[in-house]
Amino acid sequence: MIDLSLLPDSGVSWLDASGQHADIVLSTRIRLARNVEGFAFGARARDGERLRILAQVKDAMHASSGMSHSVLVRVDELAPADRLLLHERHVVSKELAGLDPQHPVRSGAAVFLGDKLGVMVNEEDHLRLQSLRSGFSLADAYAAVEGVDAELGMRIPLAFHREFGFLTSCPTNTGTGMRASVLIHLPGLVLTREIGKVLASLQQMGLTYRGLYGEGSEVVGNFFQISNQTTLGRSEGDLLDHLDHVVRKVIENEEKARRVLLRDAGYVIEDKLWRAYGTLRYARSLTFDEAMNYLSGVRLAVGLKLISGLGVYTLNKLLIFSQSAHLAYAEGRPLTESEANLARARFVRQVLADEVGM
Amino acid sequence: MLCDVCGERDAVVKVTQVGEQGKTLVQLCERCAAERGVETTVSLSKNPLGEFLSDLQKQAAPSSASDALHCSFCHATLRDFRATGRLGCAHCYTAFEPALRDLLRRVHGSSKHLGRRYELPELAMSEEQTELHELRERLRRAIEAEQFELAAELRDRIKVMGEV
Repeated sequence: MIDLSLLPDSGVSWLDASGQHADIVLSTRIRLARNVEGFAFGARARDGERLRILAQVKDAMHASSGMSHSVLVRVDELAPADRLLLHERHVVSKELAGLDPQHPVRSGAAVFLGDKLGVMVNEEDHLRLQSLRSGFSLADAYAAVEGVDAELGMRIPLAFHREFGFLTSCPTNTGTGMRASVLIHLPGLVLTREIGKVLASLQQMGLTYRGLYGEGSEVVGNFFQISNQTTLGRSEGDLLDHLDHVVRKVIENEEKARRVLLRDAGYVIEDKLWRAYGTLRYARSLTFDEAMNYLSGVRLAVGLKLISGLGVYTLNKLLIFSQSAHLAYAEGRPLTESEANLARARFVRQVLADEVGM
Repeated sequence: MLCDVCGERDAVVKVTQVGEQGKTLVQLCERCAAERGVETTVSLSKNPLGEFLSDLQKQAAPSSASDALHCSFCHATLRDFRATGRLGCAHCYTAFEPALRDLLRRVHGSSKHLGRRYELPELAMSEEQTELHELRERLRRAIEAEQFELAAELRDRIKVMGEV
C-alpha cells in the first residue's frame, strides 16, 4: 500500500481552514492544461510516447526550482485501492487514476506532488498543473501554478498557437487552459430555496458549477465547485477577477440566507442542525452520502455559532478521511460496503469525541 | 429578425455604428458578429461542445469533403473528433482550422487568445531539430500503423535533413 505520509504536507494542508472565508469556502483550485509539442495528445498517444513524455517532464521537474523536491508517484504502477485513495484526496483526477471501468489506467500515468502543487502527467492533456489552497485564495493559487508553468515551459516545448493560445485535447480548454474553481458550502441558499436562482445566474455570467469531485460528479452535502466555463478570449487575470467578483457575491448571498434562516425559522433550523450533530455523535452505521449531509448541517451550525468547540479544520478532515478508500487505508484492509459504513460511523464518533470531549 | 449581413441566420445582437453619415443600427447574427469581433454571450450554453458536435453530425453526410480531412501528424480525421470530442494532437488545430475557429467562437464567444503568450524555448531545439523530431515521430507512427509507403517517404526526408 502507498505510504501517504511520504507526500509533501501529506497532500492535505489545503484542508487547514487557514484561508479567507474558510467557514464557507473550503478550497481554491487552479489548473492549467498544457501539451508537449511533437506528441499526439493523451487519448491518441501510444504507450511509448507516453513514457517518453514522462521522462521529459521528469528531467524538467528536477531542473526546476519550484518542483525539484516534488515526489513522483507512478499512478500506472499502483493497485486500484491506492489510486482511489489519491483520487479521494483530490490529488489525481478520476481519469488519471483509471477508476472508470471503461477507461482503465494507462501506462505513463503519473503525478508529481509538491507543496500544495501537483502536476499530473499523461491525463487527457500531457500536463495538468494544479495548485490547491485553503479557503478563498485565487491570487495565491494562480501565482504558485504560474511559476511552475513558466519554468516547465522553458524546459519543455509546449503546444501553442498564435491565435488560439495553448492547445488542448478538448477545445473547451483551449486558450489559457485555465480552470479556476472554488469549492464552496452553500446550505443557507439551499435551505432558503434561493440556490436555483444563484446557479442560473452563474451560467449567465459565463461560470459553471459541479459537485465535490469535479466534472460529472453529483452535488452532495451542499458543496458546489464554481468555476470559469470559458478559457479563451479573456486573459487569465480577467477570468480570475470575474470569478473573484462573482464568488464574493455568492458568499454575501449565503451569509444573508443564513441570517434569514435564523431570524425566520430559528428553532426549526436549530433543531435540524442539532439532530444532524446528534446522529454523527451516536450513529453506528453511516453511508457516505448520509455522513456528507449531516456534516453539512454541523458545518452550518458551527458557522452560525450554535455549536462551539468544533473547528472547521476537523470538519474538513472528516470530509476526506471518512471516504471509503481512506477508511480501508486506516483499517489496513479492504472493506465491504457495510463494513465501511460501520467504520465510518466509528471514525466520526471518535473524532467528534476527541474534539469536544465525551 | 434576420441578420443584416448574411440575411440567413437570426440576428442576436444590435450594433450601433458611428460613421461619417451619423449613426447606423446593424443587427447581426452570432457568426457575423464574431467575424466582426463583436462578442455575443448568447452562445454560452451549458453544453456547447455537445451541441456543436451534434450539429456537425446533422450537417455532414458520411462522405462529405470535411470528413476526408485528416491531420498529417496523428492521422485523426474530423470524423474522429466528432465521435470523441477530443482532438488528436496540436497539428489537428491547423488541419481543421476553419471548423475549429467556428467551434471555439461558439464555445468561448471568441477564438482569439488574450492570455499569457508563449515562446518556444530557444535552447531546447532549433526549428530544424523540431522538424526532424516530428518527422521521426511520424515515421514511428507510420511503421506502427504498417503504412510502409508513407514510412519510406518520411525516412527519405529524414535522411535528406540529416545530411544537411
